Amino acid sequence: MTVSTVAPATVEGGVGTSARRPDGILKVAGEFAYSSDLWADEMLWGATVRSPHPSAEIRAIDITAAVALPGVYAVLTAADVPGARHYGLEVVDQPVLAIDEVRYEGEPVAIVAADHPETARRAAARITVEYAVRAPVTDPEDALSRGDLVRHVPVRRFASAGGTALTADVVVTGTYEVGMQDQAFLGPESGLAVPAEDGGIDLFVATQWLHVDQKQVAACLGLPAEKVRLSLAGVGGAFGAREDLSMQVHASLLALHTGKPVKMVYGREESFFGHVHRHPARLSYEHGATRDGKLLYVKARIVLDGGAYTSSTPAVVANAATLGVGPYDVPTVVVEAYGVYTNNPPCGAMRGFGAVQACFAYESQMDKLAAEVGLDPVELRRRNAMTTGSVMPTGQLVHGPAPVADLLALVRDRPLPPAATGDPRERPGGVANTTRGEGVVRGVGYAIGIKNVCFSEGFDDFATARVRLSVVGGEPAVLVHTAAAEVGQGLVTVQAQIARTELGVTKVTVATADTSVGSAGSSSASRQTYMTGGAVRAACQAVKATVLARVGRAGELALVDGKVVASDGAVVASLVDLLGNDVVEETVEWRHKPTRPLDPVTGQGDAHVQYAFAAHRAVVDVDTELGLVRVVEIATAQDVGKAVNPQAVVGQIQGGTAQGLGLAVMEEVQVVDGVIRNPSFTDYLIPTILDMPPMAVDVLEMGDPDAPYGLRGVGEPPTISSTPAVVAAIRAATGRPLTRVPVRPEHIAL
Amino acid sequence: MEFLQPADWAEALAVKAAHPDALPIAGGTDVMVDLNFDRARPGALLDLTRVTDLTDWGTDGDWLRVGAGVTYRRLIDELAGRVPGLALASRTVGSPQIRNRGTVGGNLGSASPAGDAHPALLAAGALVELASVRGTRRVPVTEYFTGPKRSVRTPDELIAAFLVPARPGAEQFAKVGTRNAMVIAVCSFALSLDAATRTVGTGIGSAGPTPLRATEAEAFLAAELPWETRGAVPESVAARFGELVGSAARPIDDVRGSADYRRHALAVLARRALAWAWTDPGGAV
Repeated sequence: MTVSTVAPATVEGGVGTSARRPDGILKVAGEFAYSSDLWADEMLWGATVRSPHPSAEIRAIDITAAVALPGVYAVLTAADVPGARHYGLEVVDQPVLAIDEVRYEGEPVAIVAADHPETARRAAARITVEYAVRAPVTDPEDALSRGDLVRHVPVRRFASAGGTALTADVVVTGTYEVGMQDQAFLGPESGLAVPAEDGGIDLFVATQWLHVDQKQVAACLGLPAEKVRLSLAGVGGAFGAREDLSMQVHASLLALHTGKPVKMVYGREESFFGHVHRHPARLSYEHGATRDGKLLYVKARIVLDGGAYTSSTPAVVANAATLGVGPYDVPTVVVEAYGVYTNNPPCGAMRGFGAVQACFAYESQMDKLAAEVGLDPVELRRRNAMTTGSVMPTGQLVHGPAPVADLLALVRDRPLPPAATGDPRERPGGVANTTRGEGVVRGVGYAIGIKNVCFSEGFDDFATARVRLSVVGGEPAVLVHTAAAEVGQGLVTVQAQIARTELGVTKVTVATADTSVGSAGSSSASRQTYMTGGAVRAACQAVKATVLARVGRAGELALVDGKVVASDGAVVASLVDLLGNDVVEETVEWRHKPTRPLDPVTGQGDAHVQYAFAAHRAVVDVDTELGLVRVVEIATAQDVGKAVNPQAVVGQIQGGTAQGLGLAVMEEVQVVDGVIRNPSFTDYLIPTILDMPPMAVDVLEMGDPDAPYGLRGVGEPPTISSTPAVVAAIRAATGRPLTRVPVRPEHIAL
Repeated sequence: MEFLQPADWAEALAVKAAHPDALPIAGGTDVMVDLNFDRARPGALLDLTRVTDLTDWGTDGDWLRVGAGVTYRRLIDELAGRVPGLALASRTVGSPQIRNRGTVGGNLGSASPAGDAHPALLAAGALVELASVRGTRRVPVTEYFTGPKRSVRTPDELIAAFLVPARPGAEQFAKVGTRNAMVIAVCSFALSLDAATRTVGTGIGSAGPTPLRATEAEAFLAAELPWETRGAVPESVAARFGELVGSAARPIDDVRGSADYRRHALAVLARRALAWAWTDPGGAV
């Protein structure tokens, strides 16, 4: 790992160190308690009846046979929902349980609680739903022409006032498609709802944002928010799939109805119906450039299939539109992005969030343009690379570092990997003995992407942190309490690191995230280290100010190794003596600089907080006759501003890249006429260790003056450009146009 | 659900006769998936893991007889030289954990058209040994599969073993999947060239309602191969063999691949397998 600027890590286990994760050994040893491991005495098990049809009217629901089954405690339908009968992140449109109609395959219709999970499933199977099946709307273009629009985001920016003619010496066009990707988290939707004596509910659940769940669950239960208390249970991955509710309201309803704790755990197959997916997209692009490859204009039309309900489609459309030309200086931009309703599975948040789909299209176009003007793909990108001071298509000035050309140079200049050694595991097809070199051609491809970090478009984005300093067992100790969701990314570790650095105290405990402290916002948009990290830092600084005020001369003093130290290094006091039995606690609600909405007609506005960039170079061996691909190596370079935990940063980069590789060559929820054909890990394939190659990773630390420690969100950028880089490499090996991901063997071989 | 645990083979057959609806389980790598996904709720499970006879192998005249309970791991470790094509196929089965548990007997019991062992057994001209309290019979594997997940096995029979010629031909197996490990075959192909009898055996997986032989391709190749000279296989012969293998398949379009791709890939695999088997009669890599 190359690090351009290294701040000295003065505090053991502090910011900039690869502090060890508290959950690491437990997870490797299989001892970590995930939400699916929750248990309560006398608890019941919930099960869900789901629609087999993508579109149907519900004529009748007969629950008699289910209720009659011994061991069944409750069978509930929409009529039993005491509060709001719909929920949603921003737009409240999704029924808790279907009301008179179903709009997608897998939509929940009824729920059951029983004393055994098998009994609950059997009871669910005994519920008879009479459907009048309707023809589903499954083609997004049909939906658009019917007016089933979720949101249209135009972005229009012209080089010269009034100059709307799009002409150039060199014009390349292309239409691209992105299939529906699943987040494929390994810990399925699960949680435990426990009825409380005050008539409320205590809900233990794997989620990404406790408070947005709390708000929706309380509304549906008809309870005030304070009677719906959520605690984060062990989360086995998220990637956006836990932004929307799944079993939260259902388990709570059953628990309140039966007066017993109710656990719900989705199986893998059910999980494919239990959460939103990445939006499938169709993207038509036209790039105009000079003969020496300088972009003059980009025109694009992007249609995203939002499926049956709104979820986060409006924000995904905005991302696709505003980031739709990539990290390039483009004088004239005309982007029209649409999200539509269909009877396909609902789509919403997934790592990369609209930027993934756009990047596959614009980077494919950049390669096409490079070929057209006779330039090396990296050189073409370099000539158009945005820099600090560039203006986005939205008119937003890019303030912070934008090392686009540097990142490209880093991956280009890496030595190329050697030829395959002959080990079968290095061949396309792996150990399946499909080639001994016959038909195998190597290819190299490049891509770079751009992602916004934090919430955009004027959203009031904040995080809350409570930090307590006291003496415990004769030592100074810090308790950090936030509602931020550790979803596997390492946020608990990062919060402790920040407290150690800010307060000079080694012993830091991070309390379980719950709703007894204010909202931290979602673990999404690559924002949590920035936002909750920023809040923890601010709360620590408030604690520090309070403590130092007791000594006086606050400006000249520091906290080091549990002591108050003067600027000359002299120890003024120990924290143990200074605090005695006192507890110093501060709670801070922290915000990033405000953003603005987009103009609904021009798409102009300072909508984003921070931009993040990553570049990838993929080297592939393709069996051109069979269409099988082995990715040999991926080199990547990413600017992270400040690597708060360098090992975790590299982990995010490797994981994100793997997810992008998956989209490039295998991952797709195949939907035909609104029906998912492969809801299992047997046929929804994600990369194995034989598919994911070694990576060469360059981490740049070009600090963003607006961000805590200068950091830049890390989680999403690796997922964005790895897909087009892999596809570019396959194109280089095969000469095939490959306008759709995932690339399937027949796209290459036939 | 009853859980029946016979201590030996005779008891297993008696139990199966008494409970013809009992589902035999050995490694459980297929059975447990069906149970977990609620696709099967058999009246009883018949646990064969205590029947030690099933995990033996040895020669039986001109045949190698391998107990139905021998795992893929053991086929790779102990029998790669005797069943080279099947050992190649075994390496492509699932993950190391699955290969440690899964058995060819289980593969035959499920009789899936995608079973990885089946093409290699077809190409090798294997026999399937079926037993019941009524007696034992050996069925050519070419006659064993009767439809998707269906076979000639009767409800009171158990799979005792499979048999392959004790002296294997030059065998190859290749499988196409859409990732590089842990994948169900999009299609697969096995080949056996027996120089002594100048015969050709083939097996096609995942490209029809059952595992298939490419009989026309076998006859064509047996007639055209330069057995006498051991000279190079003419390009036109290899190409025609590939075409005949592709056209012997009866594939469908499904989530794993299209029918056209399967025919195409089988033709490619057949050509390559022929080249490897002909030039390297020792077989496996």
